[in-house]
Amino acid sequence: MIIKQWVKSGSPWIWLNAAAVSTCLILVIGILGLVAVRGLGHYWPSDVAQIQYRDKEGVPQVITGELTDSNEISSQRAKDAGYLDADIGSGRTVEQYLIKVGNRDISGMDFRWILVNTISQMTYPEQLIVLERREWGNFYGTLVGVKEDGKSIAQGNEAWDVAQQRLAAALEVYEEIKQLEKKEIGAINYSLERLRLKQRKLELQKAWTDAAKQEMATEKAAYQVDYKRYQEQLKALYVKANKESLVVKTGEGIERDIPIGKIVKAYRPNGMNVFTKVGHYFSKLGEFLSEDPREANTEGGIFPAIFGTVLMVMLMAVIVTPFGVIAAVYLREYAKQGFTTQLIRIAVNNLAGVPSIVYGVFGLGFFVYILGGNIDQLLYPESAPAPVFGTPGLMWASLTLALLTLPVVIVATEEGLSRIPKSIREGSLALGATKLETLWLTVLPMASPAMMTGLILAVARAAGEVAPLMLVGVVKLAPTLPLDGNFPFLHLDRKFMHLGFHIYDVGFQSPNVEAARPLVYATSLLLVMVIVGLNLTAVTIRNHLREKYRALEG
Amino acid sequence: MTTQDVRSHAIDMSSVFNGQQDTSAEQNESCIKVENLNLFYGEKQALYNVSMDMPKKRVTAYIGPSGCGKSTLLRCINRMNDLVDSVRIEGKILLDDENIYDKSVNVAALRRRVGMVFQKPNPFPKSIFENVAYGLRIQGINDKRTLEETVERSLRGAALWDEMKDRLNDNALGMSGGQQQRLVIARAIAIEPEVLLLDEPASALDPISTLKIEELINELKEKYTIVIVTHNMQQAARVSDYTAFMYMGELIEMGKTKDLFTNPVKKQTEDYITGRYG
Repeated sequence: MIIKQWVKSGSPWIWLNAAAVSTCLILVIGILGLVAVRGLGHYWPSDVAQIQYRDKEGVPQVITGELTDSNEISSQRAKDAGYLDADIGSGRTVEQYLIKVGNRDISGMDFRWILVNTISQMTYPEQLIVLERREWGNFYGTLVGVKEDGKSIAQGNEAWDVAQQRLAAALEVYEEIKQLEKKEIGAINYSLERLRLKQRKLELQKAWTDAAKQEMATEKAAYQVDYKRYQEQLKALYVKANKESLVVKTGEGIERDIPIGKIVKAYRPNGMNVFTKVGHYFSKLGEFLSEDPREANTEGGIFPAIFGTVLMVMLMAVIVTPFGVIAAVYLREYAKQGFTTQLIRIAVNNLAGVPSIVYGVFGLGFFVYILGGNIDQLLYPESAPAPVFGTPGLMWASLTLALLTLPVVIVATEEGLSRIPKSIREGSLALGATKLETLWLTVLPMASPAMMTGLILAVARAAGEVAPLMLVGVVKLAPTLPLDGNFPFLHLDRKFMHLGFHIYDVGFQSPNVEAARPLVYATSLLLVMVIVGLNLTAVTIRNHLREKYRALEG
Repeated sequence: MTTQDVRSHAIDMSSVFNGQQDTSAEQNESCIKVENLNLFYGEKQALYNVSMDMPKKRVTAYIGPSGCGKSTLLRCINRMNDLVDSVRIEGKILLDDENIYDKSVNVAALRRRVGMVFQKPNPFPKSIFENVAYGLRIQGINDKRTLEETVERSLRGAALWDEMKDRLNDNALGMSGGQQQRLVIARAIAIEPEVLLLDEPASALDPISTLKIEELINELKEKYTIVIVTHNMQQAARVSDYTAFMYMGELIEMGKTKDLFTNPVKKQTEDYITGRYG
């Protein structure tokens, strides 16, 4: 009886609703929390330990590295792996540490598992250094001295200060090198390539006259002169960058010379206090956001991927909005409502349910091969056999995603159009406006918030899409951004990097899985943040429009 | 009673008024002539052979119970019914002796000559200024001075200028219902139509706003031919010069307002105005 009353009162229903909402909330917060913790923790400089342990033969060894993980394995597994019975002990399981030892060039692997029982001593000496290098990953060890032109210029305690000064200078030189290579020499190469294409074009048109030859030769010569000059500068800079080297010693006692030009960062985490660690953390985070990737995408930044994602989504939005809106306007305002329009609506809605990879296949087959191939034949015969638009690229990726998100925009816009009160349209028509004028001056502005809603949904879907992009333009590493200082500035034919694909690539295609794992989380977090950012922009615009075109009440 | 009777009667009545009317020729001149108008929504007939004359610069009121076709008839005069997909219209409506249902008629141009105000205020979600200037802008008039002059003249004409002259750039949706309705009237007269159709313009308004609209109608009839649909018989009696009573899609009786209310010819009219049905 009481239960019956309780059911009748509606409380269980309210509880059920609340539970559903809470579950959703917890899920969202949980996902974001996990990704944030795993991803953002990666750049905190953890202490470097010097570990003395016995190897599988019982011989004492020393290694240096960061403690990154620990787990328990069964004793049997440890035995099978060849550990000594004495080290395994009598328990059913045995704990082991995952140590990031770096020094891939010397030892061949970055990570190593060590049984806790075999460790005899673990210390954190302050002088242990970490060197982030452009190749071969991190170096862990101690600094012995600094050399210039092969001669030692600093030893022992003062070596660290000298090394830091020299490194700062070398990094500036490296910036110059990068600038020179990417900007100046890049521009010359681009111009030379254009000249080559021009020559080929003239040849094809049978207009390769002596005058043209002459003209091109002088132009080419000018570029060559510039190129030589830059080449000289570059050479000098490289010499300057590699003049000094650091003499370092690994935990095992192996000494190496590392040219200073190969080092990105040098720090001593054990000697850092909280503030310097925070500083280091943010500088790493900044690097992650603004730099190019290094070492098969497992190190460095992901700026090209952020850039590619945002640019692609924006292009997609520019393409999809007019198409979707025009289609919706025809369906809702002009087409005679009936069986055919209903059929088209059903088709549009079903289009939204087609798996995205199918769009990718379509994009590859139709856009890239048919459209792109024909464009190449018609407009770029000079660059054959190398394709220009007949290969996956930014434009085809944007078009494919525009196609993918078209249904969303159509449906949202139609919804918005159907909500404009009839009285407003009649008001406009009664003033002598034609249907077109009514549409442009009154109906479409009032429906603009709905269009923005469609666009928001489209952006959210497009920014997270990976599968079709793999077929129509995304690559693991794009040498140049699709937007640069060379005419025509926006290169729609170029391939680009994308955060979603980057996650897949780093997580599953990387040669160094352990090192890449935190990057997967960090990149995921960033992708979510990029989508949130894009959406917030769109939502702000929509709310502004909504306020402006607040519909009549009732 | 046959529809033919009604028609002849309506004409009879108007001739009676003409006889009684002591005024100049212009006032007797009819502006809109409806001739044998039949209107169908799909299979359903909504107007049955309606014929009537509406004199120039006079207020004609349509009264009748809900669904009697008075709004439908009104909307025929500026061809608003064209917007309904399944509508079919037979007969003629002559505006200054020109059939507005002729194929050569430009509907947009017609609607510029025949303005309309709807039951519910329907200002555009734009500023007050832009609302009034809308009709001019679609005619391609963008000259700032012309627009400003027209807006002021129209708002004055709609008795709104003094209230709104400092708020011209405010959103029109922020106004009260009565103000919105007067704004819509200002918007309609900004393009200087010949005829103003009012479809129950005061039915969504409070008594004070209603009074203001009624006063406004009295002023506007000096310049425009006005046709008003109303539910409210007192209102019809107060504002109109002529009244047409419609019932079930037929015109039952039309005459000078005073006569129709004091001395209705038809039994149905008498029943309606004495409140026996409707």
